Formats: sequence, C-alpha cells, structure tokens
Amino acid sequence: MAAGGSAMAAGGRSWFLALALGVSFLKCLLIPAYYSTDFEVHRNWLAITHNLPISQWYYEETSQWTLDYPPFFAWFECALSHVAKYFDPKMLVIENLNYTSRATILFQRFSVIFADILFVYAVRECCRCVNGKRAAKDVLEKPTFILAVLLLWNFGLLIVDHIHFQYNGFLFGLMLLSVARLCQKRYLEGALLFAVLLHFKHIYIYVAPAYGIYLLRSYCFTANNADGSLKWRSFSVLHVTLLGLIVCLVSALSLGPFIVLGQLPQVISRLFPFKRGLCHAYWAPNFWALYNAMDKALTIFGLKCNFLDPTKIPKASMTGGLVQEFQHTVLPCVTPLATLICTFISILPSVFCLWFKPQGPRGFLQCLVLCALSSFMFGWHVHEKAILLAILPLSLLSVQRAKDAGIYLLLTTIGHFSLFPLLFTPPELPIKILLMLLFTVYSFSSLNSLFRRERPLLNWLETIYLIQLVPLEIFCEIIFPLTPWKRHFPFVPLLLTSVYCALGVTYAWLKLYISVMTERISVRQKAE
Amino acid sequence: MEKWSLMTITVLLALTVRWTVSLGSYSGAGKPPMYGDYEAQRHWQEVTYNLPIRQWYFNTSDNNLLYWGLDYPPLTAYHSFVCAYIAKLINPDWIALHTSRGYESQPHKLFMRTTVFVADLLVYIPAVIVYCFSLKETSTKKKVSSALCILLYPGLILIDHGHFQYPLSLGLALWGVLYLSYDWDLLGSAAFCLALNYKQMELYHSLPFFCYLLGKCFKKGLKGKGLVLLTKIAGTVVVSFAVCWLPFCTDMEQIMQVLRRLFPIDRGLFEDKVANIWCSLSVLIKIKNIISPQTQLKLSFAVTFLSLLPTCIKLTVQPSLRGFKFALVSCALSFFLFSFQVHEKSILLVSIPVCLIINEIPFMATWFLLVSTFSMLPLLLKDGLLLAYAVTTLAFLSVCAASFSIFEKTSAEDLQLKPFSLSLKGYVSWFKSFPKIVRCLFLLSVTLMGVLSLMSAAVHPPQRLPDLFPLSVSVISCLHFLLFLVYFNVVILWDSKNSRSQRKIS
Repeated sequence: MAAGGSAMAAGGRSWFLALALGVSFLKCLLIPAYYSTDFEVHRNWLAITHNLPISQWYYEETSQWTLDYPPFFAWFECALSHVAKYFDPKMLVIENLNYTSRATILFQRFSVIFADILFVYAVRECCRCVNGKRAAKDVLEKPTFILAVLLLWNFGLLIVDHIHFQYNGFLFGLMLLSVARLCQKRYLEGALLFAVLLHFKHIYIYVAPAYGIYLLRSYCFTANNADGSLKWRSFSVLHVTLLGLIVCLVSALSLGPFIVLGQLPQVISRLFPFKRGLCHAYWAPNFWALYNAMDKALTIFGLKCNFLDPTKIPKASMTGGLVQEFQHTVLPCVTPLATLICTFISILPSVFCLWFKPQGPRGFLQCLVLCALSSFMFGWHVHEKAILLAILPLSLLSVQRAKDAGIYLLLTTIGHFSLFPLLFTPPELPIKILLMLLFTVYSFSSLNSLFRRERPLLNWLETIYLIQLVPLEIFCEIIFPLTPWKRHFPFVPLLLTSVYCALGVTYAWLKLYISVMTERISVRQKAE
Repeated sequence: MEKWSLMTITVLLALTVRWTVSLGSYSGAGKPPMYGDYEAQRHWQEVTYNLPIRQWYFNTSDNNLLYWGLDYPPLTAYHSFVCAYIAKLINPDWIALHTSRGYESQPHKLFMRTTVFVADLLVYIPAVIVYCFSLKETSTKKKVSSALCILLYPGLILIDHGHFQYPLSLGLALWGVLYLSYDWDLLGSAAFCLALNYKQMELYHSLPFFCYLLGKCFKKGLKGKGLVLLTKIAGTVVVSFAVCWLPFCTDMEQIMQVLRRLFPIDRGLFEDKVANIWCSLSVLIKIKNIISPQTQLKLSFAVTFLSLLPTCIKLTVQPSLRGFKFALVSCALSFFLFSFQVHEKSILLVSIPVCLIINEIPFMATWFLLVSTFSMLPLLLKDGLLLAYAVTTLAFLSVCAASFSIFEKTSAEDLQLKPFSLSLKGYVSWFKSFPKIVRCLFLLSVTLMGVLSLMSAAVHPPQRLPDLFPLSVSVISCLHFLLFLVYFNVVILWDSKNSRSQRKIS
C-alpha cells in the first residue's frame, strides 16, 4: 500500500497500477493456501459444462455439488473449461470427484486472479466517480486513493476468493461497474450490466429493488419539480421500453434455451433450494442468529427452572452450528415465507426514501447498501460472505462523508471478523489475522486522516465494542481449544462470534437506516 | 497518515508476505535419505536436546556427524536447544533421538515455520525498522519506502521462509551496525560477536567492523581516549566470546573440535554451482583438478586478501559511518567472490549491507538485490519455490521502481560516482550519455535474468549439458558481481569528505 503511495512521484495514475499489481502479487502468493469445498464445486461445474449438452446441465447430479448458479455462470465455467483442458484434462472428468493436482490448483487459482481484472477496472471507474473536492497534495490522503485501497485490498474479498475459493471478485466487478455507470448517468449500460450480473449469480437480486426504483425515478422520469418531488408528466415511454428491452433480451439469452427445452422449473428449483435450513452451518451474524441464541438461552433457562420437559427437547438443538436444521424449542419456528416478508418489510422504507427523497447517485448507493444489509439481516439461509454485498458499495460512500465513514469502519470490522470462521486451518490463522490487521489499520488511519477536521468517526461505545473483538478472537482461537469444554461444546466459539457480531451488524444497520431516513435534502441537490 | 500507521502497515505487509511464502515447500521436502536444511535444523534440535553438551560436536554412536552434524557455532546450537525444548512440549516425537530422523508432517512444518517467523519478528524486522527511522536527512515517506523495500527483499524471504534458515545472524549483525551508528561501540561489538557466534559466515563482515572501530580509536589518539576505547572494545569481544563458548572451555580438545567443524578445510574450493569466481573459472579451467587443495586454499586466501586491502585501508584511515556501510558491502562481496568454500546462500551476507544503502544508491542497490536473488535460482528451483520466486521478485522490482523512481536516478551523481567522473573528465568524453547507458545495461540485464529464469523453469536442458542453466546462472551472476565489486570499490576509494560537503552546499 505504501508502495502505491510513494508511486506519486512517478506521476499520474501510476499509483493505481501499483496498488492493483501489488494485490495481484499477493493473490499469487496465496495460491498454495487452503481451499474449501467450493474448489471442488467449481471443478465439478467445469466438468459438467465441458462434457454435457446444455439440456443436462441442471439435471446432472453425480456430485453432491450440483450446478446451482444461473446460466451465465455456467457458460462462464464452460468457457474456462476450454482453457482448463490444456492444464490438466483429468479435472474435466465428471466422475473424478475431489480431484486435485498441481496443475488443477494453479489453473483454478489463476482463473480467479485473472477474472479479477474486471474488478480492477470497475474500481478504477468507481474512483473516477468520487469527487476530488478534497484533493489533497499528498496522494495518500486523496479520497480516490483511499477508495482504491479499500476496494482492491478488501480483506473479505481476498480471503473469500483467494483462500476460501470463489469467483466473487469479477461478480462484484460487474456490480461496481454498473454502479459507476449509473453514477456517470449512463443508465442503459448500468442496467445492462446489472441484468447480466443477475444471470451470473442470483444473490444480487437482493439489491435489485434499489436498481429498479432508481432507474424508474431518474431515467424513466426525466424531470423533477422545483421542490424535488416527481413531475409525473415527464414520464418517458421510450426510456421504459429501452429498459424493458434490455432486461428481456438478457433474460432471453440466459434462460431462453432452458425455456425452449422446458426445463425452467428444474432450473428454478436448483437456484432457490429452500430445503436448506434457516441459517447456514455457521450462523451468519444477522437477526436470526440473535433469534436462535435467544431460543437457546430460553431453553437453558427453562430447563433450569423446570418450565420445560427435558424429554421433549429435540436433540439436535443443542449442537447448533454443526447441523443444518435448527429446531427452535421455545420461540416459534421460522418459515421461508416469514423471512421473505421480514426482508420485504425491512427493505421497504429505504426504497420509499429513494423514491421520495431523490439525491442522485448518493441516494441510490445508500438504498443499495440498505437493501443488501436488510436482506442480510432477515434473509433465508444467508451466508456470512453476503456481508460483502453491503461492505463494498458502502466503501464508495465512506470516503465522501464522515458519518458514513464511521458506519463503514464499524460494519467492515465486524463483517470481516465474522468471516474468520471460514478459515479454520492452523497455517491460515496468521494470514487471516495479519491481513485483517493490515486492512483494519489502513482503513482506520486513512479515514481518520481524511476526516481529521471533523468529530471522531466512532463514539466510545463503538470503540469499546470493536476493541473487545481482540479478546474474543484470543478466547475462540487460542484459549478455548485448550479447555476441556472443547469436546462437549465445540460450537461455543462459533456461537459467540456470530452472536457478538450480530449485535454489531444490527447496530450498524439501524444506525445507517436512521441516518438515511433523517437526512434532509440539501438545497444544492434540490436545484438539480 | 501518520508515521506510525504507515510503518505498521509496512511491517504487516512484510509479515504477510513472509507467512504466505512459508506455506510453500522447503529444502529437501520428501527427499530421503538426506533431506535438506529443514531436516538439518530439526536434527540439531534432536541432537542438542538429547545429548550432553560435550558430545554435540563429536562423532559418537548417537551423533553421526556425516548426517547433518552440527557445523555452526555454539549460539546456533543453543538456539536449537531452546526450539527443541518447545518442540518437546508440543510433540516429543519431533525430536526423539534416532527415531525422529527425517520426520515430516504438517504440524511439524507449522512449528518450524513459526520458529523462523518469530526469530524474524523479534530480531531482524525491528532492526530494519529502527535503522530506517534513524536515517538522517530523509522524509517520513522515504523512510517508510526504504523499510518496505528492505523488508520485501525477496532473497532473504525466500531463503528464510521458503528454503529454511534463521535470519538471526544477519539480524544480530544489523543490530551491530545500528549500535555503531548511534556511537554505542561496545554494544555494537557485542552484538556483532553474537552474530559471529551464531554463524561463522559473519566473518565476511568482521573486517569492516574491525577496521572501522580501529580507525575510530586511531582518530581519538592511540595514546589517550583511543587506547581506552580499544581496550574496552577488546574486553567486550573477549567477554562475549567467553560467554558463548563457556560450556566448551572445559578442555582444549572441545574447542579444537568445534573449530574443526566450523572450518572444514577439506571440503574443496567450492561445491555445487556458486556464482563466485572459482566456479565460473572452472568452466574454462578445471582448477580443482590442476591445483592441490592446499594451494587452492592459499590461492583463494591471497586473492581475497588483495581484493579486501584497499577498502580496509581506506576505512581505517578515514573511518566514517557511510564508508563503513559501503565497506561492509565490498568486503562481503570480495569474500563471496574469492574465498574458499562459499555457499550460494552466502550472497545474503552481501545483500543485507546493500539494503542498508538502498536510500543512497537506490538504482544500483535494486539492481544488485535482483541479481543476488537471481543467483540463488537453481537452489530455489530445487526447493520448488519457483512461483514464490517469480512473484516476490516482480513485487520487489515494482516496489523499488515505485518508491524510489529508480529509472530517473541513473546519473553519475545519483550513482555516487561524481568524484570519480570528475577525475576522469579530462580523458573520457562519453560521460554525458552515461545515464542512458546505465539504464540500457540495467534493462538488458533484467531481460537476460528474466529469460534465463523462464528457461530454467520451463525448458529441459540438452542431454549433453545437464548443468547448462545452473551454470549459466552462476556465470552471469558472477560477471554482475565482479562489476559490482569494481563499482563499490570505486565509490569507496573516490569518496572524500570534500565532495560530499560540496554536494550538500550545491
């Protein structure tokens, strides 16, 4: 990072290149690190898309890791597989379950690193959208520089993609690129990119409301009244038609073949597997983690006071965090529909806010982050990785306003910390701690120096909360494994981490929501 | 951003790179019966923990010296002993006598890597950070970028955390330099004695230390304060040696045996492919076959001595801190090129002093550090560290290029050759295009190194010449090193206080 900083002497934008190169080198160094079962998932998809006709893609089930991403991603794997055959053709055999070789690892890791070029490009475009009003002499204190580091060197993205193994980098690249295009008022491109993204990975549907409303408000209606409210007469049929055309075309390209083959229900059932439990094996730090913890606490309390009959308690409930299905004992069970309703209700205010208090790209980004966070809070079977969906767009806001910077620091630190259980192998322990410290130290010191004239970014309560993450980590990773509880209650570290982080995420979510709802439209924006 | 947060980020970055490199393979992984340096270190832990001190350096039924017998000075043995103690707490199998030979497992690798990581974190990295903070007349940014470049030097990272070696002797020597730069001569000499007692190869640095301190005493007047200082320093050296060797001082035979283990004269002029003059010459003349080992020893000694002489005299007559740092480089380089039984890893002894002057001659230092890493390529390839080598080298090159903008600093003045060029001006007219020539040479050399690295990694050598690539790597590196030796000697010998004060004024 400092390398990029000193690159200023070389002039121009060379610091951006230095940052991008630097992080790419780091990614290359991570190649021999541990990888999760997602590695096998993607190897299997390579094999499926390489060997089978399209009609079989969503029916093949030799491996338990069936194809459950939308068609564009399958095509992406298909394209990759044509390169893969030059590395090691054996990885493309469907029956070769859990196959690895040096060439396979190299190929898969490098495919992620090269796909990230799109992400780098998107970050560059995003940096262009940030206003350089605070242009400092020192390149290290420029908002664009800080934003580039916060995005390119993002801890979560690094460990999820380059250690744990996934292709989030280029997907987030698509998202950030579409955000940048919307900020640059190139609406059609932005819509196209987002539509494509949706057909790469459908999890991004969580933020679709923000896109939909924003495009409708600022593209389909071409003018506002003087007080900022909507001018109904400015509705442009042409623009709506264009948008509709783009969405339909992209969908047709992606899902068309499967509709023709009559496989749409099968594809849909693969994409939305509601058979999985409310929470992932490790509870993502959201509302349901608190709900589960509350249920557990009430159960224990009930047993102690003999309110509950021990024989009636389902066994699995006490090994929580290790099994998929979690049965509630005291509180009512949660159905997918209930989570859907909760998510919908929680997203609603932010969408209203976007519609009634238009603030240009800023408002859109706020709504995007709120949508992502709300669905993270209440969604069904949310992965802890989904927090990145909120963290990355929030980086864009954080370099522009002190208030958002404070929330960003809080949310990234907790969110990243909650990713720790993803890497549980001893050799990766130092890496995750070092990288986390690297990112956290940088984000705190850079944002603090950027907003050094304003009041402190975090209040004392938030600071204490964050500092306590250190003892928590030491307890979970070092002290707990040495205690005799390890055998009887192996889930305690995960439970503690997830509940503690859930408190913080909930707080940050509420804080952001309140700050967005209470914000007044500034006079300047009215004039627009 | 503040100075401290920048430095913290630098250190964290350096640590991350170190640990990621350590995820890779190590020397002799899964290669029975001899394995490699990793097994040597493990074996030393086994020997030192299980045998009484008297037997450490002796060939006994429990201690087969032919299998990685201890051949480093006592401090290494003590360090192994401490590590063995911790190993015993975790898993006694790791250091069980006899049965643990060739022990390899993931947890053990993790343990060994951690010991190196801790040694680096406690000794080497703090020395670099303190050194960079103590640099005078430089901005915070320059200090931080110097620290970043030094800490990211790929040679040391790859050898310590990839190949497997402890950075303690170099770290201690660095502390010695640091203390001397603060004028704490006694602490400095003590630190250097410790370094010397960790690894006898530190002798490469001993002459500059000796000459600098001697010159300092001379300057204070050998009859007054100088003599007091000299006695104090001599006392410190004797005491620190005595402390290190105390357990071996029971009888003369012990000391002689340790010394015999430290300086194995019968091993021949050179082993493997080293980028020094003897190995490169043997392409043309088979020196090893022509001359008797005794003559080889004398010859190498004479040549080394001659090449050292000018620098040492200059340093003794005009002791200055800057001269001292340059002398460290040139003396170590002379030793590496000409002395007896040199190991390819010994180039690190030259590289670390070069790191110290990276802020003064960024261009030449970067060039040298690249060549030094390249010269160890055959070793690194054998250890399976190709990817780490390629990535860290490229990263280092870009960090140096970015933080010092080295390509704009190739004029004679930037290379510290101003006095030399002034004295030549009457005779040579090509000095005007000097920066351009230097830049072209650099690009040529980097391209050559890149191509050779690629070929060694990817191309099978022709059957008649199986050693083609390692040999060309050492010959090319050796040529580079010779030129660097000339360059450093020129800088040292033409350096005078006048020219530097003139520069300051201008």
